[in-house]
Amino acid sequence: MIQIPTNTKLLREILVAFIRNEVEKTGIKRVVVGLSGGVDSSLSAMLAAEALGPKNVLAIMMPYKSSNPESRADAETVIEKSGVQPLLVDITPQIDAYFERFPDADARRRGNKMARERMTILYDHSARWNALVLGTSNKTELLLGYGTLYGDMASAVNPLGDLYKLQVWALAEAIGVPLAIVRKAPSADLWHGQTDEGELGFSYREVDQLLYLMVDQRYTRAELIAAGFAERFIDEISSRIMNSQFKRRLPIIAKVSQRTIDHDFRYSRDWGK
Amino acid sequence: MSIRVAIAQINPRLGDLQANLSLYEEKIRQGIKERADLLVFPELSLTGYYLRDMVPSVALSDRSPEMRKLKQLSREIAFVAGLVEESADHRFFNSAVYFEDGAVRHVHRKVYLPTYGMFDEQRYFARGDRIRAFDTKFGRIAMLVCEDLWHPSTIYLAALDGALAVICPSSSPLRGIVDEQSQDDNARYWEMINRVNAETFSLFMIYGNRVGFEDGVGFWGGSEIVDPFGQRIAKAKYYEEAFLVGDVTLESVRRKRTMAPLLRDEDLDLTINELMRIRERPVAQKQVQKFKSSKVQGRGKSKKK
Repeated sequence: MIQIPTNTKLLREILVAFIRNEVEKTGIKRVVVGLSGGVDSSLSAMLAAEALGPKNVLAIMMPYKSSNPESRADAETVIEKSGVQPLLVDITPQIDAYFERFPDADARRRGNKMARERMTILYDHSARWNALVLGTSNKTELLLGYGTLYGDMASAVNPLGDLYKLQVWALAEAIGVPLAIVRKAPSADLWHGQTDEGELGFSYREVDQLLYLMVDQRYTRAELIAAGFAERFIDEISSRIMNSQFKRRLPIIAKVSQRTIDHDFRYSRDWGK
Repeated sequence: MSIRVAIAQINPRLGDLQANLSLYEEKIRQGIKERADLLVFPELSLTGYYLRDMVPSVALSDRSPEMRKLKQLSREIAFVAGLVEESADHRFFNSAVYFEDGAVRHVHRKVYLPTYGMFDEQRYFARGDRIRAFDTKFGRIAMLVCEDLWHPSTIYLAALDGALAVICPSSSPLRGIVDEQSQDDNARYWEMINRVNAETFSLFMIYGNRVGFEDGVGFWGGSEIVDPFGQRIAKAKYYEEAFLVGDVTLESVRRKRTMAPLLRDEDLDLTINELMRIRERPVAQKQVQKFKSSKVQGRGKSKKK
């Protein structure tokens, strides 16, 4: 049994400092976060409340008509518990207006569209409220590419991007995210009965252990097999990581000049800050 | 003699020389107020760490007005600055500069520039080519910058060159979460080597690390002063800004070296002879490989199945 470290006291200290530091150095004091009622966004919102004060965190709930009402109820318990500012924006009208023209769109297209509509709402309110968009993608989904490019993957600062799902669960429990949220089956809630683990075909527990050894500990394929992982599983995950690399990078730029963005024009994002 | 050493555990602005110079001035004033004799700033704290293509635009030469300002500030208190130094032939160095009584007394150009994992220093910086102890009005000391200390040869040389204290300005990133530990794994490792080095070489380790985040990378702080017996004289908090002050009594170096005269017994000739032998060896081995076992050359015996 591989133990992924979950020093929640230290993680909390670091991530709270991270949010405070990376947000405030831009001259901005507030964040907006999309709050679904799932464990990732609940944790992100509560960490931000601790870092910036709950009055400086705007949690936007953006349900669609088919969203599970329990998600909304869970989001509201987080708002109540953390004291962050709530805002409800029902995305049903804008989604339905669009798909009236494209009624044959499948679940994936509809799900991606919803994720991207939510992104535009977050960015609009970040402009209205002079705030940064706070990310909620964890390391597991970033590595697997289990997210919508320019949708839920879009943010300015992301405190959870280096935490595996198991670490998110542990930290969420430690900082007081309601246990009902921590323990429920993770779901993108794009259609009724959808669960991450059902859709992915493996459990977070299994894949996190593999990813931890593969990515963090740099185990070779042979070493992973020796550690007890099935070859098919290793190969499936390897190709998922490889084939979703595009989601973790900026668009490819054709180099024609002497100095090209991303190739040989290299500055930190915190340039001058 | 007791020397009051202060460490400014600061969070500089990346690439903003003027803002950081003001921060230096503020900390220098604080050092004077707290009656410190010597103030240590972290590695690249006048410029920020993840400079990348900013390196040439924040580099200072001896004629830069910022250097004049720093010299001026050192009339009241000696200090170690961490900055980008540009040489006359336009190489850029990650340097620790020792200012005392209105002048630069010593410059240490970082020798070991980490260029692996999250680090890319050798892409932007030229490598220093010397490790020297030097005399200050307080006694003989040496400066080593961050990664330099991960190579035991550097502190070995500094100690044998007579350093009674080693100042290490650092921009050490926090990384590695370990259960049941109040600091990250990198911090744990540094604290171990600071203590081992102080005890092994019977000198003071003055370790000044920064805090803050640059592009999501945090710096763990935890600056410290460790005496030759391995005891912590002063320790700053992790992950937060701090102004650490500790009294360094160089007499305890004498006491420790009397009790355990390890440096006295060090056999330099033996070390040099063995190093010469080791330096020659890999070349010889490479030639053997080339002729006896290279498949490309077609000279090796190939086993046929």
